[in-house]
Amino acid sequence: MRIDEFLYHEARLLDTQQYEAWLELFTEDATYWVPLEQGQKDALETSSIVHDDRTLLELRVKQFRHPRAHARQPLARTVHQVSNIQVISRNDVEAQVASTLVLVEFRNGKQRLWGALVEHRLRRTGEGWKIAHKRIDLVNSEGELEGIAILF
Amino acid sequence: MLVRPDRVHRSVYADPGIFELEMERVFGRAWLVLGHDSQVKGAGDYFTTRMGREPVIVARHDDGSVRVLVNRCMHRGSTVCAEGRGNVERFVCPYHGWSYDRGGALRAVPFSSGYSEKDFQKNLGLRAVPRVKSYRGFIFASLAPDGPDLENFLGPAKSSFDDFVDRAPGGELEVAGGVFKHAYQGNWKLMLENHLDGAHPAYVHASSVAVARGAPEPGAPGAEHYYDIAVRQMRQNGAPDAVWEAIGIWATPYGHGWLGDYHDDKRLIGGAGHPVFEEYRRRLAARAGEGEAERALRVTRWNTIVYPNCSFMSQFRQLRIIHPLAVDRSVVTTYSFRMKDAPAQMFRDTVAFANVVNGTASWVLTDDLEVYERIQRGFAAGSPEWAYLGRGHGRDADEPDGTRRGATGTSEIFIRAQFRAWLDYMSAEG
Repeated sequence: MRIDEFLYHEARLLDTQQYEAWLELFTEDATYWVPLEQGQKDALETSSIVHDDRTLLELRVKQFRHPRAHARQPLARTVHQVSNIQVISRNDVEAQVASTLVLVEFRNGKQRLWGALVEHRLRRTGEGWKIAHKRIDLVNSEGELEGIAILF
Repeated sequence: MLVRPDRVHRSVYADPGIFELEMERVFGRAWLVLGHDSQVKGAGDYFTTRMGREPVIVARHDDGSVRVLVNRCMHRGSTVCAEGRGNVERFVCPYHGWSYDRGGALRAVPFSSGYSEKDFQKNLGLRAVPRVKSYRGFIFASLAPDGPDLENFLGPAKSSFDDFVDRAPGGELEVAGGVFKHAYQGNWKLMLENHLDGAHPAYVHASSVAVARGAPEPGAPGAEHYYDIAVRQMRQNGAPDAVWEAIGIWATPYGHGWLGDYHDDKRLIGGAGHPVFEEYRRRLAARAGEGEAERALRVTRWNTIVYPNCSFMSQFRQLRIIHPLAVDRSVVTTYSFRMKDAPAQMFRDTVAFANVVNGTASWVLTDDLEVYERIQRGFAAGSPEWAYLGRGHGRDADEPDGTRRGATGTSEIFIRAQFRAWLDYMSAEG
């Protein structure tokens, strides 16, 4: 799969609520990061909106399916619009990819619009590309935000 | 009458007229927590915040005192300082360039020939909030010129701030690690009524407890994982009913209160046996003495509420300030604190804890916010008119230190105490 096709595939899995399949796109040592601060360098001594290893990311997906996950039942409907894809660097093992995300979310009568700069570090495996690291810098990460129960 | 001993009328959450009166009589009178000394260390350091809905600047003056200034130019009303934090020599209004020094005095006015009186500047300094005081490094202010002094206002709740500071080797705390700001479509009181509620986690947080129980096991010292703190904390929220009933809950005059701690996971509460905690304990004892270290670490508290705008976790170094924006709209800022001279890993644990408990996308907080919004929608119903606050009612007991203790840890004594204070503020004239 080409890199752009892979990113569209990832977005499609999220927008069709195939979260378990989405999780399988990540490597075992993957990190998924939504920084709190603009230009944030560190996730261990500065809080993050999300900073998950693979185990924590899996707990998010499991919570989506729990019948008493009040903020997630019903699940939000989303559209991930991925564009401006640029391969920043690549070698035999990994590729660093930048893209732009515009996301529309709808749940319980509320519609929200998100914008973010996204970076993927993709790793070539026997099963094709996998995500080793995904960083989502929301334009409003430092804003006064209502609870977030979606995946970017 | 809107407040009865064991119930409260729905309109206190839903009526915009009552909200307006609250801004004048509760937030316009009470001591409010604004922040911490470490946010304004040197002369000219400032940060902006709100007192109720009023925009204010908290600034360190040249004489070392902390001033709280209303962020509004005396000329045409623009805020003179952009939202955020930094260091300034002068606050310069963007509209006509009026400039004020760090203490709020008006220093320069362009086109000054247009004003006839040479000394008019004297009365046109930025409006200073009349009362500013700090307790153990925490900055408080009141918009009212008169009222109880801060120590009297805090009363027995001072002990929770003491707990916060006494745990730090050398007694120094600093705000660090980023600031979460989250919002919800609900009344400001709903947060304060939730933070000491030991009966809600099993229901509100059922899903995060369940997924954490199904997670891989956290590691022993030396074999730990990044996910450990999050998994451990979410599991703790599923403590058995008997634990919640036994932990103790206390209310004080002026509506403050705290809940005993429900944690038994030694990794989270820094129990014996963990090398990082042992090092921390050594440093604390070296500074404070063995006996004092022993005493300080025996205090076990979960949230403390300082009514009407603050909730903090002394043991977990988190502090939340609530900003009421409208009857059905609230914003919460959450700060983490670093204990200076404690091992670096302690602060990493604090950050991981903040992410899981107070993060805007956390497994835990998101369910609280969802419930606040559902309560707000429920209270829009004109009938039934009353909400019931009767858990433990009639069994509250006076303690020798001036607190009142609930019959069990899940008593709603703290909400009743908040409404007693609310009624005092709201019914006092003038």
